[in-house]
Amino acid sequence: MGSKSFDEMNGLDGEGCRAPYQRLAEWLAEAPEELIEQRRAEAELLFRRIGITFAVYGEARAEERIIPFDVVPRIITSDEWNRLAYGLEQRVKAINAFLADIYSRQEILKAGILPPELIFANPAFRPEMMGHKVRGNVYVPIAGIDIVRVDPDTFYVLEDNARTPSGVSYMLEDREVMLMLFPELYARYNVRPVENYPDELLATLQSIAPESAPKEPTIALLTPGPYNSAYYEHSFLADKLGVDLVEGRDLVVQNNFVYMRTTEGLQRVDVIYRRVDDDFLDPLTFRPDSALGVAGLMSVYEAGNVSLANAVGTGIADDKAIYSYMPEILKFYLGEEPVLKNVPTWRCREPDALAYVLDHLPELVVKEVHGSGGYGMLVGPASDKKTIEAFAAKLKAEPENFIAQPTLALSTCPTWVEEGLAPRHVDLRPFVLSGTDQVRIVPGGLTRVALREGSLVVNSSQGGGTKDTWVVNV
Amino acid sequence: MLSRTADNLFWMSRYVERAESIARILHAASRMAAVPIAEDTDSNEWQSALAAAACDQAFAATGQEATAENVFEYLAFSEDNPSSVRNCLRMARTNARAVRTALTTDTWEAINSAWLELHRYRTDDVSPSGLNRFIAWVKETSLRVDGAAYRTMLRHDAYWFSRLGVYLERADNTARILDVKYHVLLPPSVHVGGGLDFFQWSTILRSVSALTAYHWVYRDKLQPWLIADLLILREEMPRSLASCYANLTMFLDELARDYGRQGESQRHARRICAQLRNARTDDIFQGGLHEFLTEFITENNRLGALIADQYLI
Repeated sequence: MGSKSFDEMNGLDGEGCRAPYQRLAEWLAEAPEELIEQRRAEAELLFRRIGITFAVYGEARAEERIIPFDVVPRIITSDEWNRLAYGLEQRVKAINAFLADIYSRQEILKAGILPPELIFANPAFRPEMMGHKVRGNVYVPIAGIDIVRVDPDTFYVLEDNARTPSGVSYMLEDREVMLMLFPELYARYNVRPVENYPDELLATLQSIAPESAPKEPTIALLTPGPYNSAYYEHSFLADKLGVDLVEGRDLVVQNNFVYMRTTEGLQRVDVIYRRVDDDFLDPLTFRPDSALGVAGLMSVYEAGNVSLANAVGTGIADDKAIYSYMPEILKFYLGEEPVLKNVPTWRCREPDALAYVLDHLPELVVKEVHGSGGYGMLVGPASDKKTIEAFAAKLKAEPENFIAQPTLALSTCPTWVEEGLAPRHVDLRPFVLSGTDQVRIVPGGLTRVALREGSLVVNSSQGGGTKDTWVVNV
Repeated sequence: MLSRTADNLFWMSRYVERAESIARILHAASRMAAVPIAEDTDSNEWQSALAAAACDQAFAATGQEATAENVFEYLAFSEDNPSSVRNCLRMARTNARAVRTALTTDTWEAINSAWLELHRYRTDDVSPSGLNRFIAWVKETSLRVDGAAYRTMLRHDAYWFSRLGVYLERADNTARILDVKYHVLLPPSVHVGGGLDFFQWSTILRSVSALTAYHWVYRDKLQPWLIADLLILREEMPRSLASCYANLTMFLDELARDYGRQGESQRHARRICAQLRNARTDDIFQGGLHEFLTEFITENNRLGALIADQYLI
């Protein structure tokens, strides 16, 4: 399978260097290996020193690791990007429309497009949100859409992340590091900037402030705290946005408003960019044992005295079971054909699909509907007979818990590994910002790369790395 | 700013200052240990170092002997000693990490690199030269953090809270070092003003980089009451109690002005500052240096509690 995949630099089956990569190829040919290796080591030091770390849960010495950074940039042309960006905007518009509908009139259920139990039996569905008015119907101000590429023309959406997508700090830091370490390479291209992301995020958050908020709304970023795996990103973003990074204990609800405790007394908060999951947001409404949230926050939210980004209950839209209906959802709300395709998906809840999946397990990837981070999945071609049989039993017992997809020939990009330059599989997570005024997308995103040869798993929790993503005018 | 942020900044600085102070105490002890004591006394410089660091009881509870190796290990690296340099730097970094957004990159990097570099010193090298290298490094670290903050932080509340931490901790440390010298360092059999006494006082001064300053200010040989005068009442001496309180008062007043409101902490700091400005060394010695210092340490702690009540909770 590895040999058949599309290499973004060298095309299909070694057809030769593709035009957008020409200058990179020249540079790589000229640059001595020692130089690249030395810069790679410098980059690692830089990440370590700045403290760009993340935690892997369940590892003893895990408090802080750095995500491996690959020095070879990934290049996307402006034409390719414009089509992607259009598809992303379309997709996120549909997601917002879907959430607004599902938490109000539920027209899509009445039209018989989605089976109702997919919503009502879904733990990501929040009945508390029924009838709640979200400012401008922007449920998902910040979305991270995972994209994979299989050939020169085809991009698939692998996953919609509509809860609290992370990784944008890596997009920004990877760019900084490339600028610092490879200015001579950077100068050969006309790379479109991503540095304005924090400004765009701030404008987006300001746009969703409650109508009663002052002209300059107070925004805060709510983090679970330093032990959270994405804490670095939380502090990084708060810093770039120029807003306070708060924990649950810094906030207090009084008279149906949220306040933060400051050295000058209580200060009202209008918009909370929360990186805390629904379950932990308010112990009075959700998990009573949560110490991460704010007691009473939901009632302030319901009263419209604070805006949350993302809204509560958005998990229903990025659920893997809903994912397979996304083309229909998009058509239903926008009346358009999706620009970005879904990966063909079998819903194991449907008997015909289940039968097919059981017959073809060795070729398929089977995922748990509610799983994330690469856990609880079967990668057919990489598994032995015993594993497959054991998985088949699980599948038969609870078919509605699974979906299956063909193993895609994900594109590869040249990557600097121990033995030098070698192709490794990549995906892309662009970040889509939806405000009440407009949708904003900076050209680029986080490219994740599977560092092990042949591996398709790019998750950082599974040993993946990142690359800078260059959208270039050529 | 968030109360929790202010609290973290305040403690971050306190811990860096405390790490430096422990390093200075170790420095003084190792210098004194390097000079053979002629007379037969029970005096043990390492025991004194523990007392100066307010760690003597906790150390005794470990059942270890106060040898150079054991005390160095305990004060520098022990994970069980909350005041060890290692734990101070760890706490400083934990506090800094929690409020990265309130710190400049330079300040954060100074603290973060210190924590990363510390592991390099975590070796079996407890030789005098190993110890000296370590002490030099801790002092440098504290200078780097201080310098980065001084050069890069905006002069607003974040900076003031971090300065309050520095001076409150420094006042406490100076008072303790003086008190220990008075009580422990001087063996009862040794004549006050004798050679050993002179050496110990000069080491104390040297450990706070004040020996030259002493000569500059007094143009006299080392005299205990002049040393007390220098470290308690002389505002031009940056580690003196008077200097710490001049600074504490100034930064608290900056905060009050900025916030348009003042409270108990400002009044308390001004009270102590005025007492120090009006005090005379003779009176202090008449009332008892130890009593004076004990009272001071209590009042200094009280200021810490008042700052916490007013801003940090």
